[in-house]
Parts: sequence; C-alpha cells; structure tokens
Amino acid sequence: MDVEILARIQFAFTVAFHYIYPPLSIGLGLLMVIMEGMYLRTGQKMYEHMARFWTKIFALTFGIGVATGIVMEFEFGTNWATYSRYVGDVFGSALAAEGIFAFALESGFLGILLFGWNKVSSKVHFIATIGVWLGSMFSAVWIVVANSWQQTPTGFHIVGEGVNARAEITDFWAMVFNPSSVDRLTHVWIGAFLAGAFLVLSVHAYYILKGKHIELSKKAFKIALVVATLASVSQLITGHHSADGVAKNQPAKLAALEGHFDSLSVADAYLFGWVDKENQEVSGVKIPKGLTYLLHQDFETPVKGLNYFPEDERPTAINAIFQFYHIMVAIGIFFIALTLFSSFLWWRGKLFKHRWLLWVFVFSVILPQIANQVGWYAAEMGRQPWVVYGLLRTSDALSEVVTANQVLFSLIMFTVIYTILLALFLYLLTKKIKAGPYAEKDIQHSSMQESMVEVFEKK
Amino acid sequence: METSLHYFLGIDYPTWWFLIVGGLFSGYAILDGFDLGAGAWHLFFKKENSRRIALNAIGPVWDGNEVWLVIGGGALFAGFPIVYASIFSGMYIPFMLFLAFLIFRAVSIEFRSKEPMKWWRQMWDISYNVSSIMLAVLLGVVLGNVLQGMPIGPNFHLQSNWLQFLNPYAIMTGITTLALFMMHGAIYLTMKTEGRLFAKIHLLLRRAIIFFIVSFSLVSLYTLIYIPHLTDRFKELPVLFIVPIIAFLAIANIPRLVNKHQYRQAFIFSSLTVAMLLILVAIELYPVLVLSTIDPQYNITIYNAAASQKSLGIMLLIACIGAPLVLSYTAFVFWTFRGKVKLDETSY
Ligand code: HDD
Ligand code: HEM
Ligand code: HEM
Repeated sequence: MDVEILARIQFAFTVAFHYIYPPLSIGLGLLMVIMEGMYLRTGQKMYEHMARFWTKIFALTFGIGVATGIVMEFEFGTNWATYSRYVGDVFGSALAAEGIFAFALESGFLGILLFGWNKVSSKVHFIATIGVWLGSMFSAVWIVVANSWQQTPTGFHIVGEGVNARAEITDFWAMVFNPSSVDRLTHVWIGAFLAGAFLVLSVHAYYILKGKHIELSKKAFKIALVVATLASVSQLITGHHSADGVAKNQPAKLAALEGHFDSLSVADAYLFGWVDKENQEVSGVKIPKGLTYLLHQDFETPVKGLNYFPEDERPTAINAIFQFYHIMVAIGIFFIALTLFSSFLWWRGKLFKHRWLLWVFVFSVILPQIANQVGWYAAEMGRQPWVVYGLLRTSDALSEVVTANQVLFSLIMFTVIYTILLALFLYLLTKKIKAGPYAEKDIQHSSMQESMVEVFEKK
Repeated sequence: METSLHYFLGIDYPTWWFLIVGGLFSGYAILDGFDLGAGAWHLFFKKENSRRIALNAIGPVWDGNEVWLVIGGGALFAGFPIVYASIFSGMYIPFMLFLAFLIFRAVSIEFRSKEPMKWWRQMWDISYNVSSIMLAVLLGVVLGNVLQGMPIGPNFHLQSNWLQFLNPYAIMTGITTLALFMMHGAIYLTMKTEGRLFAKIHLLLRRAIIFFIVSFSLVSLYTLIYIPHLTDRFKELPVLFIVPIIAFLAIANIPRLVNKHQYRQAFIFSSLTVAMLLILVAIELYPVLVLSTIDPQYNITIYNAAASQKSLGIMLLIACIGAPLVLSYTAFVFWTFRGKVKLDETSY
C-alpha cells in the first residue's frame, strides 16, 4: 500500500479512537458539575456519592483522552508535513491557543478534582470541577475551529507557489468565525453532552433494574434525562443548521450526504436507502422533493448534484457517506422520541414503571458513540478529495520524507496499543460500575491504606 | 518570507517566539523532568508502599506537567511550522516511539492501583519505569541531533535514513538527559517522603549526582572536540560565558545543599541547572534552529521557518494573556498538594 492510504488509515484510526473519550469527558463533566451543584445546594450526602462515583469514571475517560490526544497533536507534523507547512500559520495558532487556554485549565484543576476531595473545601472542589469541565469545553473549541477552517477556509491569503505555497492569516477573527465554526462547535458540544448523559442513564438504569442503589440511581437518572432531552432536541436544530451551511459552502458534500446526482434538479430526501454509484441511483424510502423543501422551503428550487462538479473535485465514497450521514440522523430522531417519551412518563409519575424502557436505556449508551463517529466520518469523507477545501488536496498533503514502511510500523504499533487500551478501559469501567457508588475503596491497598480507610470510616 | 519584521520592545517577533518556545520547553523539562526522573527510579523501590508513595508524589501534578509539552508542541507548530513539519516527519521513528512511551507511562500511572494482584502491579511498575527512562533518553536523543545538525537538503527535507538519529553524540546526550532527570527527580522525592523511604532516596540521590556529573563532563568534552561550531558564539561574545559559569555553579551547589539537607533549595538549583543548560543550547543555536550538515544555505533559521508576522503577533497576545493563567493554576495545584505525601482513599 502507498504512503497516502496508510497515513490516512492511521489518521482516521487514531482520531476516531481519540474521539471515543473526549465526548465522554465533556458530557460527564457537565453532569458532575450539576451533581456537585445539587450537593452544595441541598447538602444531601447522596449527591456527593454520586459525584464521587462519576469522578472515578471520568478519571478513566480523561486519562485515555489525554494519552491519545497527544498522538493527534504530533501526527500532523510526522505524517502530514506538507499540510503542516501549508496551514501552520492558521492552524498552529488554534492549536497553541487550545493548549494554553484549555488543556492547562483542565489538567491544572484535574489534580484537585481527583485527589482534592479531602484537601480542599467543597466549594473550592466545586470550582475545580467547573474548571475541568470548562477546560474540556474549550479544548473542543479550538480544535473544532481549526477543523472548520479546513472545511470552509476564510481570513487568509496564499503566499508562495508550488511546494512552498502556504496560507497566511489576514484576519484572525474571520479565521475563527469561519462559516462553519459555530454550527460545528455547537453540534459537537451537544453530541458530547449526549455521550455523557447516555452513559449515566445507562448505568443507573442498570442499577435500578438490578435493584441496587435505587434511591441514588433514580435521582441521577432524572438529572441525566433532563440533560439528554434538552440535548436531543437541540441537536436537531444545530444539525439542521450544519446542513444548511454545507449546502451553501460545500455543495458537493451535501450532494454526497443526500445521494443526489443530477447536476441541477429538484431533490428528494431519503429516510434510508442504498446508493448505486455506477448507475447513479438511490433506492430506498424517500420524501419527494424533500431536500429542496428543507433547504429552500419550496418545491421548485433546484439543488446542485454530484454531476455538477468536475470528476476530480467530488468525494468518491458516496454510499459510505450517505449511510454514515443517515445513521446519524436516524439516531438523532430516535433520541428525540426516546427522551420525550420518557419525560412524558416522568411527568405522569410512571418513569420507572416499565422495565423494557430501562433496558432500552441500558443499551442506548452505544448510540451517541456511533452517531459521533459516523458524523465525523460523513463530514470528513464528504470533504475529500480536499484536505483544505478547494485549496490543498489530501494526496499533496503528505510528509514527503516518510516511507510506507515507517507508517506501516506506526500503524501496527497504534493498533496494538489502542486495542489493549480499549480492553483495559472496558474492563475497568465494568469493574467500577459493579463496585457502585458506595465503594469507598474498590481495591485492596496495603495495610497502611486499610487502616487509613478505617480511620476515615469511623469518623 | 523575508518580509519586513515586526518588533515588540525592540526585539523582532521571530526572536520572541524563539524565546517563548524555548521557555515552554524549559518549563517542560523542569516540570516533567522531575516526574520522569521519579519514574526512572521506580523499580529501585522494593516495597509496595514505597512505590505507592513515590507514585502519589507526582500523582496530582504529572498531567499538568505534561501539558507543557502539549503547549510547547503547539507553540512550535504555530511559531515555526517548518521546523515542526521537517523535524517531526524527518525523525518519524523516534517520535512514534516517544508517543508510544508517553501512552504507556500515562496508563501505567492510571491503571496500576486499580487491581490488587501482584502481577498486575508489577507489570505496570515495569512499564512505568521503562517508559519514564525511555522518554528521558529520547528527549535527549532529539536534542543531541538538533545540536549536532542534521542532513537537511532543499525544501527543508531531511535526507537521512531512519537509523541515523542514533549516533554516538545523540546517545550521549540521551544518557546525560536521563542522568539529569534522575537527579532532579530524586531531589523532588526527598521533599515528598519521610522515614526509611526518604533515607533510601537520599542514598540514591548521591549516586544520581555522580552519574550526572560524569556523563555531563563526557558530553561537554565531546562537544568541545567534535562539534566546534557550537562554541563559535562564545568566542564571538565572551560575556556569554556567564551562562555556562552559572550552570556550573548551580550544579556544584546541588551536592552541597543535599549534604546540608536543604532539599527545597537543592530542587531550586537543579531546576536552575535544567534551565541554564537549555539556555546554553539556545545561545549556541540562535538564530539557527536546525543546522544543515549538507550546506549552511539549507539551515532552518528562526527567520525562514517562522509563521507570518501577523500570526506571530496574534499569538504573542495569546501568550501574554495565557501565560499568567497557566502559571497561576500551576502554582495553586502545587500549593494545594505541598508537603509530604499522605495516602488516602483517593490516592493511586
Ligand atoms: C482539526 C482537525 C481535525 C479534526 C478535529 C478531525 N479531523 Fe478528521 N481529518 C483531518 C483533520 C481533523 C485531516 C488532517 O484534515 C485529515 C487527514 C487526511 C485528510 O484527508 O484529512 C482527516 C481525515 C479524516 C478521515 C479520513 C478521511 C478519508 O481519508 O477519506 C477520517 C475518517 C476522519 N478524519 C475522521 C475524523 C474523526 C472521527 C474526527 C473526530 C474527532 C476527526 N476526523 C476530527
Ligand atoms: C485531530 C484533532 C485533535 C487533536 C490534535 C487533539 C489534541 C489533543 C491533545 C494533545 C490532548 C491531550 C491534552 C492534555 O495533555 O491534557 C487532547 C485531549 C482532549 N481532546 Fe483532543 N484533539 C483532537 C480532536 C479532538 C476533538 C474533535 C475534541 C472534541 C470535540 C477533542 C477534545 C479533547 C478533550 C476534551 C481532551 C481532554 C482529555 C479528555 O477530556 O479526555 N479533541 N486532545
Ligand atoms: C438530529 C439530527 C441530526 C442532523 C440533521 C445532523 C446533521 C449533521 C450534519 C449536516 C453534519 C455535517 C456537518 C458538516 O459536514 O459540516 C453533521 C456532523 C456531525 N454530527 Fe450530526 N446531525 C444530527 C444528529 C447528530 C447526533 C445525535 C450526534 C451525536 C450524538 C451527531 C454528531 C455529529 C458529529 C460529531 C458530526 C461531525 C462534526 C461536524 O461536522 O459538525 N449528530 N451532523
């Protein structure tokens, strides 16, 4: 295989793996802030147990998030050297801002969040929790701004030619608020809230089903349900905004998302379907003229299809892009139905009456993960063949001095390491969940440790 | 790219960024230096409790320390994209190994205490120890290559085979870096421990000091004999000799303070040593960032590698706002966890 394919596989694999954890950290961070806030307001010990329990799980997701994130930061230089030279002026500043404003805040307060329960007052601890959460929110900001810039570049000019060409910032705020930043950021944040909220819902639904920690679990479930309901509904709005933006700024991508081939015609919207790229046909269930209506609120305006664009400026994996996009939207719609229905039951006082519903929540934990992954896949594959939309092709962005064997080596290395990480993560997560919120110590330490715990418990 | 330079306080922007990136890497070396050093000693502690105390001594701070690397990497990308691109792709294999060890180190710290089994803890102890050592060595190896110069050709492409990064000089700087960090880490641990563990670390610290002084002298000698270009700057401007002299005094001061049991002061001096050595490196290089061993016309300098003046200016502002924030949280965390380690139920 050539360097390009290998480097793309490696990038996609490492970033997709990274993207399992940060959304969980961002989402759990929000829930921990709410739980600790409830504790400070009500003074009920139960909320403190809840917050401490989720902090332990947060520590797991955070740890792996950091370890895999550092790989991402250096991968631009190692594998995409030409790209790094080309966009360094723009992209570097976003990455540097991310480090200084977000990661420092996050990891600074993390020590207090994890180890400070007995060292600082509960108010200071609450501030530390907010600090960590805000840090994780900010770390999404800068990286997403950078990514949005490469989707819809603005605020720059090109200097130099050929191998020495590069983009230079002309207007910093135009770069930051490029046409897709805000839509993408809100969509990503809410996707992260969903990931966190559904993990909490899943674990506490499981406890309720098993008859464990019932009182605490009901409270936690309700907190998470509020977050999940608000987030699900808002996600439709931000997603719709994103789609409008894509139609305006990356019409070739929109055509791929919707499987629309005709170069200019009134377009249908598919609920689901299968794209036959050879014959340029989609078979499936459609709303006639639906896409035109969604974009223009009428049934006449034509929409640009794939054939409108030169052959070498369209994405190629049309069916995959179509499927990924439709899976995400289906999951989004399902969330709206599920959370609204559950909120309705709650209002009628019947929330915990249906075991099947709780089981649905137990298994739904995987759905936001899938939606987050396929969302990125649709957005990134739809951007191809460009790495910076309309400016730099992916095939031109590689490191010229890196050989296929070197990339193969690192790809194998990351595959092995990440597989181990994932196994460990799942193992320790299950273990923490089994131990439950009242496990003061879920592990046996040395004798000294035990005596300290005894002292602690006697108090 | 030689467009008109912008100045702030009489110093041009690329030089500011040289200073900022240098400052960040020095901060990283001082902070992560002590926790990598502490990790490099890990298997010398035999008792379970000693290992836990040593681990918890860095527990609340190591992640914050590592962020300096993340910020430094970001600042390098932002300030000198060409260096970021050329060096990282040119030294692909050492960087990939570096990343692997970073991951192993992070997860070893995180996972070790999650199970009581002996084999489990032993496994993570070894992985923690080995990765801490290798990270220190690899950092030194990269530094050695930068100091020595690299075969950079046209378009800033490195023309070396992938094994070339392992040359005698780079290996020597790697070992010296390890020795420096082990000394620095041992001093940190003396501040954090008490009783028998403390006595043991005190003993190890003496050996670390000897290890460092020997390896440092060898590297210096090698530099003087084989890499004369590094001393040119000093011949031109003899005032600069003040820096190696301060470095030398700082190093000499460490055993003295250790003997007097003034560990906090010793830690300040070992931090100063780290900083002075990096300042020495900076003086030797400036304004070249990476010297081409093929032809000086291919040198990567702070001027031909810098981002645009506009971008440097914006980021200078970002740095001015960000730096006090970062320093204040760092100080707050170190202050909260000051004093000897006490294990409790939130510890590793
Ligand atoms: C700020 C930059 C950035 C961010 C936040 C992301 N990506 Fe991306 N992605 C890139 C920057 C990038 C890139 C550097 O621009 C790549 C490398 C090669 C390419 O074509 O674009 C890319 C490629 C790329 C590919 C390969 C596309 C292809 O080769 O057809 C996939 C599947 C993803 N990314 C997936 C993701 C996922 C799951 C992300 C979630 C975190 C993600 N990207 C975030
Ligand atoms: C290719 C793109 C990315 C790069 C280069 C990158 C870089 C990094 C780095 C270097 C870290 C470790 C920071 C530390 O040491 O504390 C990290 C962690 C993190 N990243 Fe990423 N990241 C990328 C994608 C994303 C995306 C898309 C998001 C969110 C939407 C995100 C959110 C986070 C968060 C919240 C953390 C903190 C760790 C955690 O909470 O799990 N990152 N990232
Ligand atoms: C409810 C219906 C939804 C719609 C209409 C929608 C729409 C979109 C669109 C159009 C994009 C592409 C944006 C671009 O390429 O610029 C996108 C991307 C994305 N979606 Fe959704 N989405 C929905 C639900 C969800 C849900 C439930 C999640 C996660 C829990 C999610 C996560 C993502 C992610 C992570 C991306 C990539 C980031 C981005 O480009 O914004 N989406 N979505």
